[in-house]
Amino acid sequence: MVSEPPVEIVYQRPTTFTSTTTHYCPGCTHGVAHRLVAEVLEEMQLQDITVGVASVGCSVFAYNYFDCDFVEAAHGRAPAMATGIKRVLPDRVVFTYQGDGDLASIGMAEIVHAAARGENITTIFINNANYGMTGGQMAPTTLPGQKTTSSPAGRDIEQAGFPIRTAEMLATLDGAGYIVRRSLHDPKNIRKAKKAIRLAFETQVRGLGFSLVELLSTCPTNWGMNPIQALQWIEDHMIPYYPLEDFKVAPSIEQLRV
Amino acid sequence: MKELLKGNEAIAEAAVRAGLEAYFGYPITPQTELLEWLSRRLPELGRTFLQAESELAAINMVYGAACTGARVMTSSSSPGISLMMEGISYIAGTQVPVVLIDVMRGGPGLGNIAPSQGDYNQIVYGGGHGDFHPIVLAPASIQEAIDLTVEAFELAEKYRAIVVVLIDGSIGQMMEPAELPAMQPLRKQKPDWAVTGAENRERRILSSIYIDPEEEEKVNLELLEVWNEIEANELRYKEYFMEGAELVVVGFGTAGRVALSAVRAARAEGIPVGLLRPITVSPFPVQRVKELTELACGILVVEMNSGQMLKDVQAAVGGKIPVEFYGRLGGMVPLPDEILGEIKRLCYEPVAPSANPRISWMQRLDSHKN
Repeated sequence: MVSEPPVEIVYQRPTTFTSTTTHYCPGCTHGVAHRLVAEVLEEMQLQDITVGVASVGCSVFAYNYFDCDFVEAAHGRAPAMATGIKRVLPDRVVFTYQGDGDLASIGMAEIVHAAARGENITTIFINNANYGMTGGQMAPTTLPGQKTTSSPAGRDIEQAGFPIRTAEMLATLDGAGYIVRRSLHDPKNIRKAKKAIRLAFETQVRGLGFSLVELLSTCPTNWGMNPIQALQWIEDHMIPYYPLEDFKVAPSIEQLRV
Repeated sequence: MKELLKGNEAIAEAAVRAGLEAYFGYPITPQTELLEWLSRRLPELGRTFLQAESELAAINMVYGAACTGARVMTSSSSPGISLMMEGISYIAGTQVPVVLIDVMRGGPGLGNIAPSQGDYNQIVYGGGHGDFHPIVLAPASIQEAIDLTVEAFELAEKYRAIVVVLIDGSIGQMMEPAELPAMQPLRKQKPDWAVTGAENRERRILSSIYIDPEEEEKVNLELLEVWNEIEANELRYKEYFMEGAELVVVGFGTAGRVALSAVRAARAEGIPVGLLRPITVSPFPVQRVKELTELACGILVVEMNSGQMLKDVQAAVGGKIPVEFYGRLGGMVPLPDEILGEIKRLCYEPVAPSANPRISWMQRLDSHKN
């Protein structure tokens, strides 16, 4: 008699996820970013002590997908709301999940000052070079020449100025403990992104100040591409402008092996 | 024991003693002493004080802290309150308790730093977008400001609503004897809606988003039901010299206080005049003003604005008796003699009920200038 080999589960939904199906478009990397955050919360066993702060944009319904306490901020104000929560509940883990319009345009003051104060929160920053939720308008991260619904001839830097390299800028602030940029365009980079998210939360639980992971993300619907073309577009166009680097890493985090 | 206290500092200390756990604010004259007082007091008690980068950030920090069930407050003055409108609306939509102190100054725009009541509309009828009403308390002395600040926290938590203590720069800046309450211990129990991390319980979400209009309509109706309850239970006003009053002056806050001096002087001369001073300007004492139309033959509204509350009085009066108006604007405070002059004029010159009180007031102001 031959016994069945033991079944080993190698991949399943993190317990930190709800069973709600996401509203994201096919090929959008928001889902990947969500999963990486959920996996990190699970691995670090933070689910019960975490308060998430959702923002305004495509990730406005993030609270439906993460199985932890959540609040929903006004457009751009997630870091201020997170500050209010963290200051009265310093032993809780607080993270914001924000897009580029929310964080780098309307909420620029809030993110800069949260970082400058060394606010002990973590920000997951999705950079997809446009305003996705409202249908693909020009964002502060839209590349020179990039066509959007509000820059139909391509972003004209003479008229609309230059894209903002947010991670680099925030890394100049002394209050920042961990600031890096990663990309979600292929498995290797997704693994690197996961590690960065882990280190960002490690920075917070160790009380080392503000942490942010900027994630280059696709928006196939508004870019007018299929998902594969969109992943390729990140590699060909976004990474040359937005280098994947560690801009600031607290020394004790640098030595951490996860 | 009474002490000589400055308005802004008295309100700040009253909030501390009422169990304020966290304050987030931004400097602006004439409310800055409030922020400065708390910057010293809250840290020494191990509580949270944070100077925000803007009023916009301050109100959103307050929003976040309120979601954890903490007793929270912010304060500002008119232009700063304008910036807070966004957060006020979100706080109302999420139904979390917050206390806001507005120390009004002259406007519009940058205006000046002198006392004004020009925020009546933006607070009573405003508070940002959407359908809701904040509770608005308007003290006229430092003692009343202390008492109402303490009460503001209780009301905010009872109704999960935003409560505004509406004063002008003169109450914020002046000193008078008043008694502070005893120090209350901080609450240990978090409310059952608070977002604190889902340890040993189901997770909670606090949000003002209801993407399905049917759901949003339900929430709006819920807010309205709470408001009806507030209107039924929380009206506050004070009356002075009302016995046999043929003319009633209506004024809130500092305007009401100056009017009281004028009414007292008029009574000394034998003029039958009384004063109604609304303490809750939202909800407004509509029913009481209606009753006054049966008791008095005329009403004089006095404000430090162009007649923002006048409209509420007129609506309640419904044209039954003449309503006249006297106001000073842009940071000017009326003197008791100016109001006394108006009282005397109304006693000796009958007023046509159809006259537009604002236009006739402006004409009188013009004739004073000439």
